[in-house]
Amino acid sequence: MKMLTNILSSVLRPRGAAGQRALAPFMTAVRGAGGNSTTEATFETRPYKLHRLEEPPLPSTTCTRDDALLYYRQMQIIRRLESASGNLYKEKAIRGFCHLYSGQEAICVGIRAALRSEDSVITAYRDHGWAYVMGCSVVGVMAELTGRSQGVARGKGGSMHMYAKNFFGGNGIVGAQVPVGAGVALANKYLGRKAICVSLYGDGAANQGQLFEAYNMAKLMNLPAVFICENNGYGMGTSVDRASASINYYTRGDYVPGIWIDGMDVLSVREALRYSIDYCTTGGPSGNGRGPLVLEVATYRYHGHSMSDPGTSYRTRDEIQEVRQTRDPYNALQGTYCWRRLGHCGGA
Amino acid sequence: MVGVLQKLSVAWRLGRQAVFRPVVQAGWQHVRNSSHFTYYPDTVPESHDETQRLNLFQAINNALDLALATDDSAVIFGEDVGFGGVFRCTIGLQDKFGKDRVFNTPLCEQGIAGFAIGSAVGGATTIAEMQFADYIFPAFDQIVNEAAKYRYRSGNLFNCGKLTIRAPCGAVGHGGLYHSQSPEAYFSHTPGLKVVVPRGPIKAKGLLLSCIRDDNPCIFLEPKVLYRSAVEMVPTSDYTYPLSSADILLEGEDITLLGWGTQVHVLREVAELAREQLNVSCEVIDLVTILPWDQQTVCNSVKKTGRLIVAHEAPVTSGFGAEIAAAVQSECFLHLEAPVERVCGFDTPFPHIFEPFYLPDKWRCLSAVKKMMNY
Repeated sequence: MKMLTNILSSVLRPRGAAGQRALAPFMTAVRGAGGNSTTEATFETRPYKLHRLEEPPLPSTTCTRDDALLYYRQMQIIRRLESASGNLYKEKAIRGFCHLYSGQEAICVGIRAALRSEDSVITAYRDHGWAYVMGCSVVGVMAELTGRSQGVARGKGGSMHMYAKNFFGGNGIVGAQVPVGAGVALANKYLGRKAICVSLYGDGAANQGQLFEAYNMAKLMNLPAVFICENNGYGMGTSVDRASASINYYTRGDYVPGIWIDGMDVLSVREALRYSIDYCTTGGPSGNGRGPLVLEVATYRYHGHSMSDPGTSYRTRDEIQEVRQTRDPYNALQGTYCWRRLGHCGGA
Repeated sequence: MVGVLQKLSVAWRLGRQAVFRPVVQAGWQHVRNSSHFTYYPDTVPESHDETQRLNLFQAINNALDLALATDDSAVIFGEDVGFGGVFRCTIGLQDKFGKDRVFNTPLCEQGIAGFAIGSAVGGATTIAEMQFADYIFPAFDQIVNEAAKYRYRSGNLFNCGKLTIRAPCGAVGHGGLYHSQSPEAYFSHTPGLKVVVPRGPIKAKGLLLSCIRDDNPCIFLEPKVLYRSAVEMVPTSDYTYPLSSADILLEGEDITLLGWGTQVHVLREVAELAREQLNVSCEVIDLVTILPWDQQTVCNSVKKTGRLIVAHEAPVTSGFGAEIAAAVQSECFLHLEAPVERVCGFDTPFPHIFEPFYLPDKWRCLSAVKKMMNY
């Protein structure tokens, strides 16, 4: 337990000088200092690509200081959580499989920001970030990873099987969660909940047959299902162009409309999900929704596929560094917020 | 068809591995065994051809190399096989034989199985890989409904004999629910298939070549924990073993211990412990082929000893031990001194943190031996 507390505080503590500098603007804003900061600002969303849709999500969105702080904190916690998990794995405190989400944080934070409490989520095995945003505590996640009974699944599931209210896991078999997610959407519709189910999968899973079965059933029955492909460019060690005849995953639903989103911008993701919720719960023949959507969120993972994969045999370190420097999700958030003076940035 | 090895002589263990090696991490209290078994290598007679020191994945690689070299129509495909596979079983093969013979598929097990069946029916010797046996279930329909039934339903006009599906199976220490399963029982329930599980490199090479050259669709389940840890002096020649022929590894008088794959090594150790601690002489049999299984050898042994323990990692209910127990009690009833005992995994999903408790380790097996001797 003491070990867990130590890990917890290292995850939550601001990291070094860079971390202090990064967090400074927000800490100042929270303390209410500075006359030239605002509590809300408008941002442009990144361009979307559409498939069988006329209206895109909104080209701009507003964000309050509190929300910005929340997203930033969530993304930072997830990044630290994943780093700590990686270190614990190397010390053999975590065994089995461990798939890290670093680089993809904007997706779970952005989607969660748009979801309402009645909406459900189901994802694959890269689920630590999702477990956190869906309500599991950091202690719960780390205890689960290390097989302790305080874990979110009582230590019985491990890294790949974390669950929370309206969060259906955490699934090991690639693609298997997608028809299950369609089924949750069916339950939502059947029970009159006006809730959607978000089913996430990767670019590797996009070639599983059961996804297409799920798309068909969801479209046929007009289900409030949002299928989201987290395209990080690689399925384990295979790049998307070597695995898929079509890499436009947002069009792979064919008759199901789709949207491509830049997954490194948390606000763009949030806006696209707000649009999706509206699409799936309003309008349509009965006024209860226009059917499913297939979203593709373009993102990147910094680590390898899992802890057994260094992640550098199929891509260059330069590529990883380039994404870290130019497209990192929370650097982007911090940059735009300072520019918009959502927080007092001083000389930072 | 190359010469078949008539018998194996079993050697002493090459250096005793400490099985209980507490792994104490700084600050952590838990103690975890490094593995639940000690490996007992096979040897081949001195008179035999040249041998080389290979582990299990190298022996399998060697077998695949020979298969592709001797059969121009042979192809290998699966997820990530191109660079060598996640367990290195296909390393070097794409460079040697070309991308049109050794290639990657996308992530789609049902597609891989169907594709492999079609390829085999069309005339190419096809060796498909499922990355883990736990992922074989999307392909289950294709294997059970298409591959197994092709010859029967077409009145022998077509057949799927050129198909071999390879998959790593079994507990590995940290695999959890989806990297540890042993699905042999599901496939044993399907007439038309052959299911084979090797215990080490020498057997694996010969058995895999037999499966590839056999006229029936074969599923070759490779115990993944043995890929690196099982090392033997493997003959370099092209050789095969007959399928459906169980191996008696140790002769005994009092009780028969039957297993396959990794469990064989656990049972070898149990036999030693039983001799030292209980003065009981155990006969240890490796079943080798699950379907069709060598009922004759097993029943002859049980008729001699009067007692049988079947041990496997898969859950006890409807595990393959159940079939063996039913057949043996039917054939050998009057010879039995005690009911057939099954020491197996429990009826739960394969656990993550509880794996050491779940496996039918040597203590559980020894306890069963004790119980049966005192029946």
